[in-house]
Amino acid sequence: MISKLINNKIFTLLKVQYSNMLEYRVEIALWAISGIIPFFMLNIWTNNNLNESINISNIMLSRYFLCAFFVRQFSVVWVVFSFEEDTLMGKVSPYLIQPLNPFFRYFAQHLAEQITRLPFALIIIFFFFIFNRESIWIPSLGILLLSTISTFFSFLIQFLIQSIIACLCFWTEKASSIERLLFIPTLFLSGLLAPVVSFPEYVKSWIYFTPFPYLIDFPANLLSGNATNISGGLSMQILWILLLFPLFRKIWSSGTKKYTAMGS
Amino acid sequence: MKTRKYLKVYRKFLHTSLASELEYKTNILIDLITAILSLIGSIFLLSIFFQNNNSIGGWEFEQALIIQSIYTILNGITNTWFNPNLTEIVKHIREGTLDFVLLKPIDSQFFISLKKLTPSGILEIMLGFFLLLYCIKINQINLTLSFLILCLITIICSICILYSLWFFISTTTIWFVKTWNATEVLRSFLYIGRFPLNSFSFTLRIFFSVFVPIAFITTIPSEVFLGLSEIWKILLEVIVAMVFLFTSRRFWLFALRFYSSASS
Repeated sequence: MISKLINNKIFTLLKVQYSNMLEYRVEIALWAISGIIPFFMLNIWTNNNLNESINISNIMLSRYFLCAFFVRQFSVVWVVFSFEEDTLMGKVSPYLIQPLNPFFRYFAQHLAEQITRLPFALIIIFFFFIFNRESIWIPSLGILLLSTISTFFSFLIQFLIQSIIACLCFWTEKASSIERLLFIPTLFLSGLLAPVVSFPEYVKSWIYFTPFPYLIDFPANLLSGNATNISGGLSMQILWILLLFPLFRKIWSSGTKKYTAMGS
Repeated sequence: MKTRKYLKVYRKFLHTSLASELEYKTNILIDLITAILSLIGSIFLLSIFFQNNNSIGGWEFEQALIIQSIYTILNGITNTWFNPNLTEIVKHIREGTLDFVLLKPIDSQFFISLKKLTPSGILEIMLGFFLLLYCIKINQINLTLSFLILCLITIICSICILYSLWFFISTTTIWFVKTWNATEVLRSFLYIGRFPLNSFSFTLRIFFSVFVPIAFITTIPSEVFLGLSEIWKILLEVIVAMVFLFTSRRFWLFALRFYSSASS
């Protein structure tokens, strides 16, 4: 039973990709460091006492930004860039022959990268706690589990959105510029730079209908113990996944029909 | 004679890179929308900071907008010249094509720093410039010739520092072939150039003026625009820019001695 599970396609893929990712340790460490923008934002917030107006204490805000950093670390997606390169180089053709959707390959790549990234993220968090001892806290097991799930959902939503964009490679050559366009609202509206609570009313009235606050803000609030609607957030995440998945299936099937290998 | 040769070569560079980039016309349009959205996003973030505060680190909203506009101009310059060229260095080193560059009867730093050009960045520069003009209007700044010369000097110095930072990091790929994510780290550090230096805590301020002189890049030119800057600061920036340019040049020549082409 166990050997059957290990021989499973997914596990083999994961194992291969993990050993592949371990080769890129330095690169992944640098990726982890490049995600420290939330800490700079925290510095602006607390240094200017901006948090007084939104009724979040310094400690809770520092926990929020720490969690935002953490959630972001484990929901980074770059599938569109890999896929674009593979399509342009013609590497997709052999993948298409295999009895496995190539996106499983990318999916395993991302998961393996996250496992490789974990120690580096933990080191950064360790240093954060050395400088901010008062913000140390231990979330309860239930919260930890729920926030892991919601972080994974956040990753799934972003993975699906990017995969849909990646499928546009079948029609246009440079789909990554569309991804760069979509990254801007993700950056500013997801809560990475400022918690969504602090947004002005005219934004808050519609933002909860978009997927953005469920990418960083919701899991980060959940993990840091700030006030949030747990069941509402989780169900919105699931709703977005259920909406995006059929869309991906559809665009994938019509894209592969359209696909002609390079040079034909 | 020599400058004429270089100017002639640069005209050819411009011609070829424009010709190849203009093949992707929709891309340029998408990049322009991205630049506009990103500017709107940063102003939105700034407005959150100023929601209940009149000043941050001694800067009012209208004044902080100047920093934003200078950041946009510099970011446009980065996207037009530094980013496309210096990511190319990594490719040259990985594939060993740097050999061909070194063999050419032209300065290698000149060649790899200016070979490519992304036209969509120029639109971003214009965007920043329009915002700057608007800021000059709302801050009621009197334009005189000596003032304009000072502004131009500080902005040119900022460009020199920025270029040196990019070039410095790209040069390190000669030793560590796979560190192109180091530029991502630099990018995330540069992000804080959108905010006045005084809004950060003391330790970060020291870090960002001594180790990574991002402080010089946007804050000092903005202070000059507001007429707040003392003459020693401007002098300091000129000195820092010259030191950076000089060291990056020396570093490149030093690094070339360790270049051993691919697979050797």
